[in-house]
Amino acid sequence: MASMLHPSQGSNPYNLKPGEVSSGTTIMAVPFSGGVVLGADSRVSTGTYVANRASDKIAQLTEKIFCCRSGSAADTQALTDYVKFYLQQWEVESGRPATVKVAAHLMRKICYQNKDNLSAGVIVAGWDPVGKGQVYNIPLGGTCIEMKCAIGGSGSTYIYGLTDALYKENMGKQETLDFVKKSISHAMARDGSSGGIIRTCVVTEGEVAREYIPGNKLPYGP
Amino acid sequence: MASSGSGYDLSPTTFSPDGRIFQVEYASKSVASSGTLIGLKCSDGIVLACEKLLANKMLVPGSNRRINTVSKNAGCAFTGFVSDGRQIVNRSREESSSYLDTYGIPIPPAVLADRLAHYVHYFTMHGALRPFGASMVLGCYEEDMDELGLYMVEPSGQVFKYYGCAAGKGRQGAKTEIEKLDLSTLTVAQGIKEAARIITMLRDDGKDKPMELEISTLTASNNYVHKPCTSAEIAEAEKWAKEQIEEEEDMEEEED
Repeated sequence: MASMLHPSQGSNPYNLKPGEVSSGTTIMAVPFSGGVVLGADSRVSTGTYVANRASDKIAQLTEKIFCCRSGSAADTQALTDYVKFYLQQWEVESGRPATVKVAAHLMRKICYQNKDNLSAGVIVAGWDPVGKGQVYNIPLGGTCIEMKCAIGGSGSTYIYGLTDALYKENMGKQETLDFVKKSISHAMARDGSSGGIIRTCVVTEGEVAREYIPGNKLPYGP
Repeated sequence: MASSGSGYDLSPTTFSPDGRIFQVEYASKSVASSGTLIGLKCSDGIVLACEKLLANKMLVPGSNRRINTVSKNAGCAFTGFVSDGRQIVNRSREESSSYLDTYGIPIPPAVLADRLAHYVHYFTMHGALRPFGASMVLGCYEEDMDELGLYMVEPSGQVFKYYGCAAGKGRQGAKTEIEKLDLSTLTVAQGIKEAARIITMLRDDGKDKPMELEISTLTASNNYVHKPCTSAEIAEAEKWAKEQIEEEEDMEEEED
């Protein structure tokens, strides 16, 4: 009865071609009162081989807008390049910094129109003067949902319960950062496609702060 | 009178020796001889008003509109060749809807004005095309930046942002009258009446064709939705306008 499994289930959740590189991944983004916190693991795998154990899955779209990438590394890199390009043009035509809403809309439009050919789940998050901190989750297929706590990637399935339990409204910056680090650690402990280090990015009106936690200093796990 | 083009005015792709493009200037002339068009940026919104000259007694009132809705928060009015004006209106609707489709937000006023300027200008640069013989006044609001913009696009492709603008036959007189108004305190409700007054007083009812007045607004209290005025509202504005004009005439007589 194995042939009854949908392509997105079983041992190949992203329906990747043989040899294609996957950011198996755990990604996460949470808005807080002053901005957003993004977090991601760093493991890139081709089957069981870890192609890169310290990759950066948090891509920059504009000065204050970022996107967490999961699924096929090639697909998400191409998507990021396109959206970065369109946003740059938008900023020139509009004469102001891009808004997270526009970035998410562009990303979703490309994902939806090419849904048959892409394996990409992204989370677009950032800060803009109009909408302040916002997070948009864009899973496979191209839906776009603004969320208070977005998680994605293969590792996210193991932490739905944890994030539901730990999430609180109106957390401050440090509290949100700790929440993100803890959740990703738990996912990395259980998901074979997630691991390495945790990279985080805090985006507020005043700053963009990136840091990482080494694999032996995680809040939880190996 | 205007200087003769003497051979340099046959195509928009030819400059004259003194650096002018006659075809574009002739296009502006055709706008300058058509019905007056006024745009006012009031304290709480925008008023667009148009003098629609009626060629024929059999025309159904309210048909062949000069004022059109471009999108929820944008409206425009044109004067000049009606068919040329309609083309620009169509383009502005396409630009608005494709921008919303691509970027997920309504088109900002400055971007729409810029796109139309590019479009109109394109027709002044190709040998196989002629310039538009219409000017368009655009009133548009954007929520993100809380920006209200009044723009006028001319046949040359120039576009500027205005507090108050006029085009058509009565533009000189209209500009003078608009400059007398205090737009920073003028409300839309009063602006409608002033626009009706300005258009009415600049007409010569003996010489000019009969007209139908079209007015529309974007008002803060209505969330800046583009709304054409009802015939009752316009009739009320016209009545007020006539009373004001008569009062002024009476005052002038008394002074003599």
